[in-house]
Amino acid sequence: MTPSGERILEVRDLVKHFPLTQGIVLKRQIGAIKAVDGVSFDLGRGETLGVVGESGCGKSTLAKLLMALERPTSGSVKINGVDMAKARGGELKRMRRNIQMVMQDPYTSLNPRMTVGDIIGEPFEIHSEVAPKGDRRRKVQELLEVVGLNPEHINRYPHQFSGGQRQRIGIARGLALQPEVIICDEPVSALDVSIQAQVMNLLERLQDEFGLAYIFIAHDLSVVRHISDRVAVMYLGKIVELGKDIDIYERPSHPYTQALLSAVPVPDPEGREQRERIILQGDPPSPANPPSGCRFRTRCWKAQDICAEQEPLLEIRSGGHPSACHFAEAHDVISA
Amino acid sequence: MNNPSVDTAPPAADAATEPLLAVDNLHVEFVTRQGLVRAVNGVSYTVNPGESLAVLGESGSGKSVTAQAIMGILDMPPARIPKGEIRFRGTDLLKLSDQARSQIRGQRIAMIFQDALSSLNPVLTVGWQISEMFRVHRGMNKRDAMKKAVELMDRVRIPAARQRVNDYPHQFSGGMRQRIMIAMSIALDPEVLIADEPTTALDVTVQAQIMELLAELQRESNMGLILITHDLGVVADVADKIAVMYAGRIVEHAPVHDVYKSPAHPYSKGLLDSIPRVDMKGQELYAIKGLPPNLLDMPSGCAFHPRCPYRRDNCVTDVPPLYEISGTRGSACHYYREVLDDTVG
Repeated sequence: MTPSGERILEVRDLVKHFPLTQGIVLKRQIGAIKAVDGVSFDLGRGETLGVVGESGCGKSTLAKLLMALERPTSGSVKINGVDMAKARGGELKRMRRNIQMVMQDPYTSLNPRMTVGDIIGEPFEIHSEVAPKGDRRRKVQELLEVVGLNPEHINRYPHQFSGGQRQRIGIARGLALQPEVIICDEPVSALDVSIQAQVMNLLERLQDEFGLAYIFIAHDLSVVRHISDRVAVMYLGKIVELGKDIDIYERPSHPYTQALLSAVPVPDPEGREQRERIILQGDPPSPANPPSGCRFRTRCWKAQDICAEQEPLLEIRSGGHPSACHFAEAHDVISA
Repeated sequence: MNNPSVDTAPPAADAATEPLLAVDNLHVEFVTRQGLVRAVNGVSYTVNPGESLAVLGESGSGKSVTAQAIMGILDMPPARIPKGEIRFRGTDLLKLSDQARSQIRGQRIAMIFQDALSSLNPVLTVGWQISEMFRVHRGMNKRDAMKKAVELMDRVRIPAARQRVNDYPHQFSGGMRQRIMIAMSIALDPEVLIADEPTTALDVTVQAQIMELLAELQRESNMGLILITHDLGVVADVADKIAVMYAGRIVEHAPVHDVYKSPAHPYSKGLLDSIPRVDMKGQELYAIKGLPPNLLDMPSGCAFHPRCPYRRDNCVTDVPPLYEISGTRGSACHYYREVLDDTVG
C-alpha cells in the first residue's frame, strides 16, 4: 500500500536478530531473538503511521532501527530515497538529523543534572549548522514557546517540571533539528489521564505547523486511532495487518487484530454484558523460537493445517487491505 | 469466616445493617520535611459482598493511600490518621490492636499490587510464596501447604501448575506473575479484595484475561472488590459503582451507568470528555487545562477550581461539601446541577 503523496520513509524487509550465545570464553551462537523479522512499509510526508502490538512484538526495536541506533541484520531503511545502511559520514549525519525520537518516560529520558536549555540545545552541539553558537539560546527559547512552555524557564532542571511538562521538553528536543520524521514511542502512556489529551493536542498542532510525519508507537488503541492516518498491527516481529485507520478499526480481518480490538475496555458501561470478547489463551510465544508458518496460529481459533505449513503473506485480502492471514475475513468487533 | 480464631474482635451491635467494609471520613496525613501533606481528606465509601467499587483517580489523588490505610500497611510515621473510621463488618479497624489487625490483613481483607515482579520475592519459588499463606496463617505443614499452592495455581489458571510450582518469579511472564499475586491474595478466601491497578503493567489481551479471572473469582466467592485504577475503560467494564477522587477527596460517587451517562462533577466530566472518540477524529481533544495540584500547596476552596470551567467566586473560598444528588449519587461541586444539565442533553 502506498500512502498518498511523496514517500519520505521506505522500509523494506527489515530484519533484526539478536544473537543468543552460550559460553563465556568460546562464545557460540545457539539461536537468535527474532525481534523484527521482515517488516516493510512506507511513510508519506506529513503522514502518521500508528504501530500497535503487545510488549515483545518488536515495536521498540523497529523504532531503534529507524533511528539507526541498531544496525539491521538485513533489509533497508530509505529516507528520501537514500539507504541509511549505505550512507556514511556527513550524509549519515544529515539523515539522522532528519529523523528524531520522543521517548516514553519523561522521568528517565531527561538528564537530571542538565538544565532544560542544555537538554534541548544538546542536539545543536553535533549539528551546529542548524543553530550557530551565538544563536542557540534564542533558538531554545523559541522551541520552549512552540511546545507551550515558558521561555524564561530555560535554566530550570527537569525535576522542577511536572510529567506533562517534561514530555513537552522531550518533544522540544525532538523538534530542535527540524526533522521531517518523529518517532513517538509511547509518548503519553506515562502521563496522567488529564494530561494525555494536552500532549496529544500538542503533537497534532506541531504536525500541522511543521508538516511532520509521525511513527506513533503505542499500546492504547483509542489514542492511536485518534492520531493515525494508517495503522500497522505487529505480532512477534511481523506486521500482521496494515491499513487506513478505518480499515483496521472497522474492518479488521486478521484474527489477532480482532482479538486485540475486542480486548480493549470500552469506556462506556452500556451494553457491557452483550459485548463480544475474544479472550486469547496463553501468552505470545518466545521470539527466539516462533511457531512455524503463521506465528499467531498457536493462539488462533481459526488455525488449520495450512497455517503451520505455509506462512501467510501480508497481502490485500477480503477486507480490501493487507492482512497476513490465510482466512482473513473482515469483521467489525467494536460496534458489533 | 472459615476460621473461628479470626473473630477475636468484638462485633458491633449493628453488624447486620453495616456494609461489609465502610471507610468513613478518613483523613491521612504525611509529615514531610517540606511540610504536612494531606493525602486523604475525608474519604468515605462502602463495599458490600459481591459488589465492585472502582476508585478512579490520577497519581496523587489519594486512591492508593486510602487502600493502604484499609490494609494497615501505611508506614506510621511518617503517615498518621488524625480522623476517620474504617469499619469492617461493623468493627473499626483503626481501633484494633496490631495483633487483631494482622488477623484480618491478608486473611479477610487482601490486596493485589500493581507491579507483580517487585511484589514477589525473586529468590523464593512461587510455590513457597503462595504456600507461606497457609503455613503462617493456617499452621499447615510444608507438604500440605505446597499441595494447596498447586490447587490455587490451577484455580487462577496457570498451565502445568504442578510442574511450575517450583519455578521462580522471573521464569513467568507478566500476566502469569499477576496470576500468582492473585492466587496469594485469594488463598485464604478473603471477604474484601483490594486490587490496586492490577493490570496497568500488562498488555491489553492479558489485561482482558486477568479482569475476566477476577470477575470469575468474585462470582464464585462473593467477595467485595475495590478496584483502584485510572483507566476509564476498565472501570466501565467491571464496576458496579464509582468513586472519583481528586486531591485527596471524593469528588463524585455514583452507580457506574450514571457517571458515564451524565457526570455530575466537572473533573469526571473532563476526564470522560478527553477520551478520544471515533467521531472526534482529526479534531482537537478536550483537555482539562492546567496540572494536578501540589499536595503541599493545595488550592483554597475547591481543589479543582484552578482547572474548572464552571468556577465562580465562591469556589475559590468555600470547600464544596459532597452534595447528595440522589440516594446513591453525590458530587462535591457547588454547581453540580449545571454540570448535570450540560451532560444530560
